Amino acid sequence: MKFAVVVFPGSNSDYDAFYAASHVVGEQAELVWHKDTDLKGADAVILPGGFAHGDYLRTGAIARFSPIMAAVKSFADRGGPVLGICNGFQVLLEAGLLPGAMVRNDRIKFVSKLVPIRVEQTDTPFTAACFSKQMLSLPIAHGEGNYYAPPDQLDEIEKNRQVIFRYASPSGELGAEWNPNGSLNSIAGICNRQRNVVGLMPHPERASELALGSADGRVVLASVVKAIAAQVPSPKSQVPV
Amino acid sequence: MKARVYVTLKPSVFDPQGHVVAEALVTLGYQDVKDVRQGKFFEVELADADPATAKARVTEMADKLLANPVIESYRVEVLQ
Repeated sequence: MKFAVVVFPGSNSDYDAFYAASHVVGEQAELVWHKDTDLKGADAVILPGGFAHGDYLRTGAIARFSPIMAAVKSFADRGGPVLGICNGFQVLLEAGLLPGAMVRNDRIKFVSKLVPIRVEQTDTPFTAACFSKQMLSLPIAHGEGNYYAPPDQLDEIEKNRQVIFRYASPSGELGAEWNPNGSLNSIAGICNRQRNVVGLMPHPERASELALGSADGRVVLASVVKAIAAQVPSPKSQVPV
Repeated sequence: MKARVYVTLKPSVFDPQGHVVAEALVTLGYQDVKDVRQGKFFEVELADADPATAKARVTEMADKLLANPVIESYRVEVLQ
């Protein structure tokens, strides 16, 4: 299978994602410039971390105007798996592909550390190889990862099992002391209603080999490989020629 | 003509930056400061139009881009 990693001006985890997809997981991967208008026949798309367009106005706010985003949106609408990591998650929120918004971390600080993450749902393309309540040790690195949704929307997200990852203790308990940024309901990652678009603040691509302090993130990209293999036909074969 | 747009976090959304600014003001000796909400200010210069049309246009801009209506509210003023 093939990954497309979108490169915005200001992306800084693009090569990490490319490396994890190509060298660690061992699949094809291509970096796609934000001014491109097609996804080069990819089976899965990654919006990487960084500071797209300098985070001007709001994090992720300008990236939705990048020409590639029309292709990402139509790929997502056809059911194609899309993963937004950190700033990529913020871009998906601003683009309306995921519900809710991000505000500043409640303790203001930019937080950069390995944190325990609990996998909540395994029926998404990016958690298909996980087991329920699996604990992953993943790095976070953000100043604006405090997830917010209005109460009625939050209820709906919970009811539809759209919370995919939560911050938790190493043994999986939830609590304010394990929530690094003040996110509502300890939310670290969510999916859309159709479950093919997933966004998370932690960086699985930066935890894909033991030399990086954790290899737990590998399962996120390995999941999509498994999901694509199980899926016939793939979304790209449905693209009109 | 010019329009001004004021964007702030909704009252229901905690404003960590505003909170820190308020604490800093208290530290400076302004004990009467109860709260600060930080926001954004935009001055939009646009082609002349009647004030009602201009206000409607800029309100649309605020809703679509200048503010994120999930977390922020905004106020538009058209300058004569």
